[in-house]
Amino acid sequence: MLKLSRRIETEIRQAGADAYPNECCGIMFGSEDGDDHAVKSLRPIVNARESGEQYHRFLITAEDMMRAELEARRLGLEIVGFYHSHPDHPAKPSDYDRDHALPFYSYIILRVAEGRPELMTSWRLRISREAFDPEPFEIEP
Amino acid sequence: MSVTILIPTALRSFVDRKSEVEAEGPTVGEALANLTAQYPDLKRQIYENDTALRGFVNVFVDGTNIKKLNGLDTPLAAGATVMIVPAIAGGC
Repeated sequence: MLKLSRRIETEIRQAGADAYPNECCGIMFGSEDGDDHAVKSLRPIVNARESGEQYHRFLITAEDMMRAELEARRLGLEIVGFYHSHPDHPAKPSDYDRDHALPFYSYIILRVAEGRPELMTSWRLRISREAFDPEPFEIEP
Repeated sequence: MSVTILIPTALRSFVDRKSEVEAEGPTVGEALANLTAQYPDLKRQIYENDTALRGFVNVFVDGTNIKKLNGLDTPLAAGATVMIVPAIAGGC
């Protein structure tokens, strides 16, 4: 289960709309409780893919991740996952997503159709790396 | 020579849920070998084979990516901080 506030959901939807027709991406800080992740704040990341590829790809560099890991530790939080948008594509993980994902993390995918944010989903990669499983999420007021 | 290795959240389940682990070794490669000897389940997560790290696995020594230094042969000073950091990618 992934838990996030209405404010954070709104921030992700706005990021997807602002980045359209390109993909947005960012890191989710929060805490884990058993299998549950609770998102406390977002760190929007500038998509590091070359500009001609950003309509269907995103990259969070190791340097961005290193800074985020240190910031999370300073705040007493953890990196619990990532969000990104699929412009004019379904809110489902692609094979490319699976090839580049890690177990444990929550992966939020937001479909943005013609600039409008639509369905938002969350996913977890199996330890075997064979597939993603849908992750239920709860939006708290 | 002892160094501190910081573990990202995604890999903590392979190191008894610890966020950092002490390891011994004069180079990054030897410190990681010592780490994975302590926690064998971690090895297949970060290594492509016996000698090469997986493509998405990056290692920083005191804030500098070892790709800009001498890779796994990068020497470690006593008390150095080593971070294992995944790069994250995806798309539709």
